[in-house]
Amino acid sequence: MRHFIRSAAVAIAMATASTFTLSAAMAADLSGAGSTFIYPVFAKWADTYKKDTGIGLNYQSIGSGGGIKQVIAKTVTFGATDKPMSDADLEKNGLVQFPMVMGGIVPIVNLSGVKPGELILDGKTLAQIYLGAITTWDDAAIKALNPTLTLPSTAIAVVHRSDGSGTTFNFTNYLVKLSPDWKDKVGSDTAVEWPTGVGAKGSEGVANTVKQTDGGIGYVEYAYAKQNNLSYSKMLNAAGKVVEPSLESFGAAASNADFKGAKNFNVIITNEPGDATWPIAASTWVLIHKAPDDAAATGEALKFFAWAYKDGKETAKALDYVSIPDSVVDLIKASWKADIKADGKPVFAGE
Amino acid sequence: MSTAASLHQSRKRRNGVMMTLCVAAAGIGLVWLALILGALLYKGLSGVSLSVFTEMTPPPGDAGGLLNAIYGSIVMTIIGIIVGTPIGVLAGTYMAEYGRFSKLTTVVRFINDILLSAPSIIIGLFVYELMVRPMGHFSAIAGAVALAILVIPVVVRTTEDMLNLVPNALREAGTAIGAPRWVVIRSVAYRAALSGIVTGILLAIARISGETAPLLFTALNNQFWSSNLNAPMASLPVTIFQFALSPYEEWQQLAWTGALIITLTVLALSIFARSLTGRREDK
Amino acid sequence: MSAVQEALPAVRGSRDATVRRFALTDAIFHAVTRAAAILVLVLLGGVAISLFAGSWQALSTFGFSFVTSESWNPVTEKFGALAPIYGTIITSAIAILIAVPLGIGIAIFLTELCPRPLRRPIGMAVELLAGIPSIIYGIWGLFVLAPFLQTTVQPFIISVFHGIPGLNSLFAGPPYGIGLLTSAMILAIMVLPFITSITKDVFDTVPPVLKESAYGIGCTTWEVTRRVVIPYTRIGIMGGVMLGLGRALGETMAVTFVIGNAHRISTSLFAPATTISATIANEFTEAVGDLYTSSLVALGLILFVITFLILAIARYMLMRIDARTGA
Repeated sequence: MRHFIRSAAVAIAMATASTFTLSAAMAADLSGAGSTFIYPVFAKWADTYKKDTGIGLNYQSIGSGGGIKQVIAKTVTFGATDKPMSDADLEKNGLVQFPMVMGGIVPIVNLSGVKPGELILDGKTLAQIYLGAITTWDDAAIKALNPTLTLPSTAIAVVHRSDGSGTTFNFTNYLVKLSPDWKDKVGSDTAVEWPTGVGAKGSEGVANTVKQTDGGIGYVEYAYAKQNNLSYSKMLNAAGKVVEPSLESFGAAASNADFKGAKNFNVIITNEPGDATWPIAASTWVLIHKAPDDAAATGEALKFFAWAYKDGKETAKALDYVSIPDSVVDLIKASWKADIKADGKPVFAGE
Repeated sequence: MSTAASLHQSRKRRNGVMMTLCVAAAGIGLVWLALILGALLYKGLSGVSLSVFTEMTPPPGDAGGLLNAIYGSIVMTIIGIIVGTPIGVLAGTYMAEYGRFSKLTTVVRFINDILLSAPSIIIGLFVYELMVRPMGHFSAIAGAVALAILVIPVVVRTTEDMLNLVPNALREAGTAIGAPRWVVIRSVAYRAALSGIVTGILLAIARISGETAPLLFTALNNQFWSSNLNAPMASLPVTIFQFALSPYEEWQQLAWTGALIITLTVLALSIFARSLTGRREDK
Repeated sequence: MSAVQEALPAVRGSRDATVRRFALTDAIFHAVTRAAAILVLVLLGGVAISLFAGSWQALSTFGFSFVTSESWNPVTEKFGALAPIYGTIITSAIAILIAVPLGIGIAIFLTELCPRPLRRPIGMAVELLAGIPSIIYGIWGLFVLAPFLQTTVQPFIISVFHGIPGLNSLFAGPPYGIGLLTSAMILAIMVLPFITSITKDVFDTVPPVLKESAYGIGCTTWEVTRRVVIPYTRIGIMGGVMLGLGRALGETMAVTFVIGNAHRISTSLFAPATTISATIANEFTEAVGDLYTSSLVALGLILFVITFLILAIARYMLMRIDARTGA
């Protein structure tokens, strides 16, 4: 046995040593961290990009808050966040931000006798439900929106995210815009003090809790509702039209958003105008240093983003994301050239 | 006579009841295991194939494997154990042998028990401040150090407890024939306590092999193959965490398969270590 | 290599030199072990200092009200730790209450009752419970255990205790499936292997002669266990319980899935609640504001203090037992 332990120790030592020697030969990959929402599409883009160019981009979903902290601490080349940074914070930390991708957030329900897409809700009612003011599904407010449906008297089981999340930020941002009550009592952030309901971990957790609970209601990113075949609700948008959640209606929200007039692309695309617009859309922003220490890495990252805007559209669509409209991409590239500089020269050399 | 008989009866009955409860306890433990393991096998087994061990973690929608994550987990766990175990065993040795009655031991024991319950995310943050921030980037080494810090308290606790249970007569016998203290510790006390110390190391491996939180802020993760200890490295737990909560079926499947791999590995390690220490026990 | 063999040259060669060499190596070994013990102190010191530094902003902003306030509002940046403290203590206490009798029962079964060929497999099976990643416990708890509790056990318990004052508030509210009790059950399963393995190992160290003499005077198996084995191994069992408790208090991933993360204190065991580590894990990665982050770190510091108090109480109780038995 003693012999065995000794030989095992030698083997381990040799394995460790070989790891060290191997490491010298490896080129450093680009690194980014932050938002979990954008993680799948970044992973897919990075995989394709590495096959095409040989340059690996390692993006990890450690949460938007984590992404902001890491890019400030310069442990990663760029960060990604679902909640835009304020102009002052960007200025203070020498960062620029720009939207990378968009998506939609969908209310999901579990109501016996009601098929997917049959139920219609609006922002005010949704706020009342999440405030705990509307407690049963046959409430007059819900009936008024759905005159043709026979609604059961089941109690509403409110489900929200238990973890801090950009999804919660955008969802509560929508409720704040539509309900003064919500604005006064709860407000909007990545985590809030929920007046009622039960928290579930992650969108997958919310989806499952709603699936299991009769009378349940929750909110998830579109991909979760679609992949899990969950019963979703339609929404009444700002133009007073009833819309279905779809890539088209999310895209309408994106193209109706006024990025031109906003500083640092700080537009939260909830409750945007337009007949076809889905009211609870969300974007993810990339954060990167204006005067990078490692200009080469930042240049490579920007090249990757430019590639993703142009060649990554189909990929994004397949994963239920909405690409940034070309008009906005032009604005973004202009801002790169104007703001991100090393030795007085723009870091981004592409078109 | 009759009171003696009834006393005997009641003692027998009491014994019967308690022993039945013990069997029931074992039954309950095994049923839990069967339920969890059943779910794990049911969901994980269908995803086991050669490609899991030969391909990298895929983007959503593609087929792939867990090779980089498995490799990273092995590397960081091994380094964590190599660094943490000696420190833990030595500290435990001091507490049970040299300093059994010293103040330092009382303090270290107390402190060690607190360290045991420190949430692993706190350890991760500590190592983040200690290593990641000064180095300016995430690295596998930082992850391994975080794991080592989790290993230490478990090993300290079990080593001390097991050495304390070694009868003093054995040590006295060793000393009586003129062996110095450290030879007695090495050749007598360690031998007698070996199986318990190994249990401690196994529990430590079991604990760190599934840890997500301390790795998230230290080793980060890596989508690609990397054997560079000075760069972000993939690990099974973080990959499982990211994939399990995703909406994509391929990723969820890989998460279950990864969980099954960790569990079976820990089982295999347990059997292996037990067969090494157990042979002597059965004699 | 036995001690005798190593001691032999001492007789043959220069005795003084050998004694000096032995003394030196012994001193080195002594110093090395002592350094390792001190390193453990330094590590915790480092963790504690980084916690203090990180939580300073929150503690100086909220003062003592941080531990007495139930409110946890990231929007207005008002933070109080009472709800997570409550959840942490209740879930760990229930988990230990479930796991300790179970663990000791399994250990007795393994050492006294189990047929020899089955001992090792069953022992290893229980140890295997420790090898399952905690995220799997979380997912299993959420997808398997919670729906089961929600549809069968909880409605039944609620209806049984409905009319009984006191108990009905303990088991009140809509059956969500996730909540305090579910978390405590998952924790109990998770700490079971720690308690069982250690207890079994220390049971094995009881000198056979002690047990044999007890059997010799006619004791039953239970009496031998209760009066001889458990008293002899008391401190070791305590160590196992401490390992388990430590794991239960600090367990993060599994709990975050099944506790419901509501910053509310409810008397009902079915209600969603939160624990310190679950709050940190759930919110740390998305927290942006300095005060928010600092409050989360302060929660970690409070967990240290809670562990400290619980350990102190446990040691005090052990001392009392020792004093009473005159050991």
